[in-house]
Amino acid sequence: MFDWLHEMFSYTFISRALLVGMIVSLAAALLGVSLVLKRYSMIGDGLSHVGFGALAIAMVLGAAPLAFTIPVVVIAALILLRLSETSKIKGDAAIGMIATAALAIGVTVLSLAKGVNADISSYLFGSILVMSRDDVTLSLALGGAVLILFVLFYRRIFTVTFDEAFARATGLKAGLYNTLIATLTAVTIVLGMRLMGAMLISSLIIFPALTAMRLCKSFLRVTLTAAIVSLVSFFIGMSISYLLSTPAGASVVLVNALFFLAFSLIAKLRTRVQ
Amino acid sequence: MALLSVKDAAFAYDGLVVLSGVTFDVNPGDYLCIVGENGSGKSTLMKGLLRLVKPVRGSIRLGEGLSQDEIGYLPQQNLTQRDFPASVKEVVESGIRGKQLFLSHADRQRAQDMMDLLEISPFKHRSFMELSGGQRQRVLLARALCATGKLLLLDEPTAGLDPVVARDLYKLIEKINQEQGIAIIMISHDVHTAALYASTILHLRQTPLFYGKPDEYLNTYHGQCFAGGVCDV
Repeated sequence: MFDWLHEMFSYTFISRALLVGMIVSLAAALLGVSLVLKRYSMIGDGLSHVGFGALAIAMVLGAAPLAFTIPVVVIAALILLRLSETSKIKGDAAIGMIATAALAIGVTVLSLAKGVNADISSYLFGSILVMSRDDVTLSLALGGAVLILFVLFYRRIFTVTFDEAFARATGLKAGLYNTLIATLTAVTIVLGMRLMGAMLISSLIIFPALTAMRLCKSFLRVTLTAAIVSLVSFFIGMSISYLLSTPAGASVVLVNALFFLAFSLIAKLRTRVQ
Repeated sequence: MALLSVKDAAFAYDGLVVLSGVTFDVNPGDYLCIVGENGSGKSTLMKGLLRLVKPVRGSIRLGEGLSQDEIGYLPQQNLTQRDFPASVKEVVESGIRGKQLFLSHADRQRAQDMMDLLEISPFKHRSFMELSGGQRQRVLLARALCATGKLLLLDEPTAGLDPVVARDLYKLIEKINQEQGIAIIMISHDVHTAALYASTILHLRQTPLFYGKPDEYLNTYHGQCFAGGVCDV
């Protein structure tokens, strides 16, 4: 009955995609709780567009994709964070501007480049065929670093997310933790972007947190539930993609959306019973 | 040496002086109430005391071994996050400061003691956002107390509360001040209550108009005016 599972894992590229995808899903879900609560969800979306532009340039220049894209997106993350905190331009408008400009740069660069076998659709909506061995190693190392930093700073991340005024007043460097979260988010997005697609990666950040918040009322429970929902969604999505030959990224997003609907429904029923 | 000593402090935004000539001391066990209209510089002074803005002139010094991260702070009600998932216990424990990344047993006990003191233990596992305004303020007060044993800064603690709940909160603050010996600096609109509980009043309007005992304050022109008397400002 589960022969397909065994068969699925026998493909190296699928195993690699699963491994990288699981660690990205986990990191995205953990960071997502803080980002959604700080009203920074759109930063994730903006960064994925910047990532697309940077990836296109790396492709045309023949540069190593991750090594080139990660620094660019980290810098973009820091700029977006600064913009949403201080700028006279509204944060969401600034993100919209930077995101669409980066997208336009990416599309233009890819269409101008000759001799590059670039399939724009696979950049935008993801492909599971792209992971090299080095990519997997780098993804595991960086993904692991994101998880470790999140666990180590969990308490402070809560304090800063819940009440920045209080955090600053008691001597916590709130700006430093915002920067940490933005940097970790940038790295996570780049790692997951080629797998999930630039258009879809931010769903890994937004969905699990919102799904968990339907039913859970404490920060710890929301964080743990988001992590589990994200991992399970990714695995189910990839399995559906394998069995039905649907696009991997889109399948994962759809499973995430179904979980959100299911959790919302349970929350509704629960309030009705009470 | 006072816990906190402010000497001729002035604050400015974009080069424009918004508050100047502020001088006062806070000693252990004091209860200072800062009153004034909107835009009088109360919140700026509070930010200065928390080192969130620097004085352009004068000085703010801490004494009696008080360090900057030992000041407990109750921010003004800021409810933009109605759906924030956080239990009462999580909120209170977030007040505990220190270098270590995880809470020790002693830290958890301290948080529990503060929840007992403010009578919020019975609902410590409930969601913070589902509480009433008065309950919420007590939770945030417990959080502030986790951060300090010496000095509490309270910014309009009773704003938006109904009179009965506000009175209960004032009583709790008085109890903390008297029983724990914790000095209080409170910003308030409510001059009557300030005069009732505070040991010292500081009335600001870009600069101090009055600094002294509450009963003297009520006899001054500004005191009577601000307390609701007839005056032409």
